[in-house]
Amino acid sequence: MTAVLEVSNIRKSFGGITAVNGVSFDVQEGEILGLIGPNGCGKSTLFNCILGQLTPSAGEVKVDGKVVTGMRPSELNGLGVSRTFQLLQVFPKLSVRENLILAGQEHQGNMLSRLLGPSDAGLTEAANQMIGFFKLDHLADEPAGGLSYGQQKLLDAAMAFMGGPRLVLLDEPAGGVNLTMLADLKDRLAAINREKRATFVVIEHNMEFVMSLCTRVMVMAEGKVLAVGRPDEIRANPAVIEAYLGH
Amino acid sequence: MTAAKTLKIGFGIVVIAALIIVPMNFNRYGLFILSQWAVMTIAAMGLNLTLGYAGQVSLAQGAFVGIGAYTAAIMTSSGLPLIGALGVAIVLCFAIGWILGYPALRVQHHYLAFVTLAFSTLAFLVFRNEDWLTKGIYGISNIPRPEIFGYPTRRPLPFYYVCLGSLGIVSLAVWWLIRSPWGRAFIALRENPVRALSLGIDTRRYTLMAFAIGSALGGVAGTLYAPLTQYVDPVPFHLSLSLDLLMMVIVGGSGFFFGPFLGAMIAVLLPEWLRFTQGYYLMLYAIAVILLLIYSPTGILGILDRYISERRTKAASALRAVAKAKLETAP
Repeated sequence: MTAVLEVSNIRKSFGGITAVNGVSFDVQEGEILGLIGPNGCGKSTLFNCILGQLTPSAGEVKVDGKVVTGMRPSELNGLGVSRTFQLLQVFPKLSVRENLILAGQEHQGNMLSRLLGPSDAGLTEAANQMIGFFKLDHLADEPAGGLSYGQQKLLDAAMAFMGGPRLVLLDEPAGGVNLTMLADLKDRLAAINREKRATFVVIEHNMEFVMSLCTRVMVMAEGKVLAVGRPDEIRANPAVIEAYLGH
Repeated sequence: MTAAKTLKIGFGIVVIAALIIVPMNFNRYGLFILSQWAVMTIAAMGLNLTLGYAGQVSLAQGAFVGIGAYTAAIMTSSGLPLIGALGVAIVLCFAIGWILGYPALRVQHHYLAFVTLAFSTLAFLVFRNEDWLTKGIYGISNIPRPEIFGYPTRRPLPFYYVCLGSLGIVSLAVWWLIRSPWGRAFIALRENPVRALSLGIDTRRYTLMAFAIGSALGGVAGTLYAPLTQYVDPVPFHLSLSLDLLMMVIVGGSGFFFGPFLGAMIAVLLPEWLRFTQGYYLMLYAIAVILLLIYSPTGILGILDRYISERRTKAASALRAVAKAKLETAP
């Protein structure tokens, strides 16, 4: 097994507040790492530092052994790193299919071929497959803004997979999604992980979701790593119970 | 759906035919106004790309029309062909537009408006003060009209066809651009740059491109403007032209393909139609624009768009109701 993502000693301060305080971890290929912790413990800030939305105050991020600290998000995406955001980030005026084509188009050809080539960048077929995979068939031509919250969440996740990423960071994919759709989402993520050997890091508060999907779980508290381990180990860890899971 | 498409294509053909045939009976002045409409539509289409699609505010489009007009005036007055001037104007405006795009990578909205406003003023000062190049406030007169495939376009009707033909070519190019992946990337840039970036869209490059291409179209319009008026001086390229073009884009419908056509029509033709109101024209125009923007901030085409999507929603919910009723009555 090789590490797809290596994070060493990441630190991020905003003024006097240190949101992330020296976090290090590796993610192996094909792994699904769950990232849990109380609100404000620095999970999303850590994501933003890894993905180039924020520049870390200190520390280093490697993807496939290559240092990517300070790279722009679009460059990182070009390396096969993709993400979803905590808040919904679909393009409401574009149709579901257009959203997916948009999400994949920059991985097709170059600037010039995208200008002169076909309007769909040759992605209609791939988009339709993704639509089918996430069971959004009947909504393919609807503007994304007209979908329900849960459906938009599914689309949001689907968009992250259009470029065929090696590593996907999902920030609360299950938030606000109803139970049936949640089971679907988990099922889809597991299938992509299995079939495409895609590696995931998932921030989530839904314990049931995390514990059943993830192969390993990392717990953060106050900007630091509190514990790392298999889901059953984490569930039994007294420090974690104290800080987060409760009695 | 196909019926609607046939209707659209039929309507398009009628409009194009009308634009070709009807002006044959127009007098010199009517043809001038219509040619001006075509030229301003091209400039507004450029701004619509930068502002409407890519969401980057610019108050400098008039300056690019000026750069194009002076390029054409200077080059054709010294005997060079207009097509050469067109090439130079496109390259020049593209390059300057690209550079002007850099501030947009750091500032947005009204800050960006101020940066482009400063550029607009700078360009005006160059037109007015650099006598050696632009002949200053005296302007450049006797600008020749081109020969197209050996056919002279000195008379108003042939030159109107030059403007109309150019508008046709520009429209096709812009239509191609906005339906290409670039167009989608521009919309993504406008709607949500953070998400766009995370999807691998190089927002920096697309922002610069949106500025450069939009400005180049301003240059194209300018290259036609010079032989149309056959006289170029700094006054028409003052900030007010940039504001007029901005108005055309917003009134027509920013971010809609046909917005500039409609906006330019209102800005160029309406003053002529409202001539009988004498001094009240501007007041009426201002009130109409204020009312429009209160009712529909997305312009005239925004109203149409809203109407169509409302109808579609109603049709869809009617279909759902029917389906539900069928399910309930099924044995």
